[in-house]
Amino acid sequence: MSSIKIELRQEDVNKIKEICSSFNNDPQELINVLHKCQEHFGYLPAEVQEVISDELTVPVAKIYGVVTFYSFFTMTPRGKHPISICMGTACYVRGAEKVLDEFKKELGLQVGQTTPDGKFSLSSLRCVGACGLAPVVMIGDKTYGRVAPDDVRNIIKEYDS
Amino acid sequence: METITLTIDNKKVEVPRGTTINKAAKQLGIDIPVLCYMELKDLCIENKPAGCRICVVEVEGRRNLAPSCATNCEEGMVVRTHTTRVLNARRTVMEFILSDHPKDCLICPKSGNCELQTMAHRLGIREIPGQEIAAMSTYKKDTSPSIIRDQDKCIMCRRCEMMCNEVQTVGALSAVNRGFMATVAPAFEQNLEHSTCTYCGQCVAVCPTGALTEVDHTPEVLRALADPTKTVIVQTAPAVRAALGEMFGMEPGTLVTGKMVTALRTLGFDYVFDTDFAADLTIMEEGTELLDRLTRHLNGDKSARLPILTSCCPGWVNFFEEYFPDLKDVPSSAKSPQQMFGAIAKSYFAEKINVDRKDLVVISIMPCLAKKYECQRDEFSVDGNPDVDFSISTRELGAFIKQANLDFNNLEDSDFDAPLGESTGAGVIFGTTGGVIEAAVRTAYEVHTGKKLARLDFEELRGLEGVRSATIDFDGLPINIGIAHGLGNARKLLDDVRSGKSKFHAIEVMACPGGCIGGGGQPLHHGNSEIIKARAAAIYREDSRKPLRKSHENPFIIKLYEEFLGKPNSEKAHHLLHTHYFDKKKKIVVKQ
Repeated sequence: MSSIKIELRQEDVNKIKEICSSFNNDPQELINVLHKCQEHFGYLPAEVQEVISDELTVPVAKIYGVVTFYSFFTMTPRGKHPISICMGTACYVRGAEKVLDEFKKELGLQVGQTTPDGKFSLSSLRCVGACGLAPVVMIGDKTYGRVAPDDVRNIIKEYDS
Repeated sequence: METITLTIDNKKVEVPRGTTINKAAKQLGIDIPVLCYMELKDLCIENKPAGCRICVVEVEGRRNLAPSCATNCEEGMVVRTHTTRVLNARRTVMEFILSDHPKDCLICPKSGNCELQTMAHRLGIREIPGQEIAAMSTYKKDTSPSIIRDQDKCIMCRRCEMMCNEVQTVGALSAVNRGFMATVAPAFEQNLEHSTCTYCGQCVAVCPTGALTEVDHTPEVLRALADPTKTVIVQTAPAVRAALGEMFGMEPGTLVTGKMVTALRTLGFDYVFDTDFAADLTIMEEGTELLDRLTRHLNGDKSARLPILTSCCPGWVNFFEEYFPDLKDVPSSAKSPQQMFGAIAKSYFAEKINVDRKDLVVISIMPCLAKKYECQRDEFSVDGNPDVDFSISTRELGAFIKQANLDFNNLEDSDFDAPLGESTGAGVIFGTTGGVIEAAVRTAYEVHTGKKLARLDFEELRGLEGVRSATIDFDGLPINIGIAHGLGNARKLLDDVRSGKSKFHAIEVMACPGGCIGGGGQPLHHGNSEIIKARAAAIYREDSRKPLRKSHENPFIIKLYEEFLGKPNSEKAHHLLHTHYFDKKKKIVVKQ
């Protein structure tokens, strides 16, 4: 596993420092800092983790350990339209896996990946609290309920323009 | 102290509150097996993640089984350590661990010395159910100059992570990923070479399996010995003679200096020399530097920085280059004994025996894995020819001796060759924490005061406490000395130096807990710190037996300065015996 190499701009470095200092550079606040940084950058590339490591004096290996442990954190930039398929129990028993397989096939992606044009990224999550609509797919803020594998192609088409 | 009484396997036992079931059982002579758990009692190091669950026991009234390594005793507790339920659980746990572990024991570098193998044998595992269908997690093998990581063999005991983070505060290794792909790795799963690793080798020293091992350089040594155009000389570090015997079943703390010399000669080395000689030389250079800085400092010279830090330990050098590059002019510029030896061997000695340095191969036997990296550093070579060609560990030497069919235990004793084999007791104690500074004090005192020391044993500098300090009276001038072993302890003293709070004139640092005797290249202690203590005692025993115990009295050191180097810290000495340090801290690239 490797990260996409980017160099940070000075303003990015400043932003990370600002986030860290808003938590008093407290190593105990690592997870909160990671949340804020992911909120800002959309993902947590290696360079961002390196700066956090310097600021919080937490070894970067530890930070990478936390980032790879929690599925919410990602080191891959999310697409313009992040697709999340709910794999919670209700969605799963009503065929979410087949829906996920269809998205994988249509977009040529695995879970956690982003299309080369940066348009779509694919992730799975556990229960969005809309079990009545199972299986549920979310694209950005929009929710799709009772999705069948046959619907997938049309859903993607909505974002074609 | 409040005590509690409990019953283990129908036997009553009284223990202080806070004692774990496992330790209470030990008092009764009941040895509950542990795998991830490890304790080095005298060094205050404990790994207790309660992760493997091999040590589970049944506690009456408790629904699930309790990990005995991490469960404290309670009043009236009734514990059973070998019920059917316990034995089945233990077996199942082991089967699960083995189902995701390679079965190449025959050719594994840890075979015969592997705690997992021993445990599988002890638990009588004869088959691994479902292994034909079970997947195996695989990782790329990572070879650095010193250490090989083969994470396929990792069982997630997390001992290495504990050593790297809590004890050494290096932070190169961390548990990463989750579930099946969980492993211990450097950041971004890069190679160790690109991490903050100092090659101290303490991860290797505690790894129960073949996941972390040293890079084996014995094939290169064999090749050199077989080459008739090469003159091959060997140097042995002080801590090796106090531990090598363990490889041949001897009691920890047995000194095998004479047998080791005979073995090396039989293996075919042309000259068997002693790193202790170079340790004496280090004292001359480092001690002179200390006195020079001290005198200048006392005379008000602001450019003379104190404290002076010892620089013999390559793991320690790597550590401050990574974490304290702003202080890189504080440590002594003296090279380590290994490198001083190489520099003298390939200049003075090469000239003496009229051999071109390219035809001279210098091998070192070290208790250390960082030495493998150190001898490969660019600044320690001349026109691409390294001063020390290869460094092999105590373990590698032991294996080499076995391969050469030597009956080590029955070898006759013999002496090192002259002249680079002559050493004093001061050189010997370099092998244990506190030893370098004690050796320095013995010489610096006499040089500074012009008086003979009344006593040579500085008990106040000895022991296994992580950070120690003492004030030595230099005939009216109090010299404050600090000692740290283990890089986490060194960090504490360094933080004080950085903030200007340090009151010390001189600080000795050794990267490994216990010093070189506890090095990453030594025979494995398997969590028994009595072994480290026995090695330390052996080192001091060897010192006390030596006719000469002060570096400046080593007759060959005196001769070397007269004939070749001039005086300590002379221009020639500086050229050959001193070095400089680098800023290795990772820089964040800022895009313009």
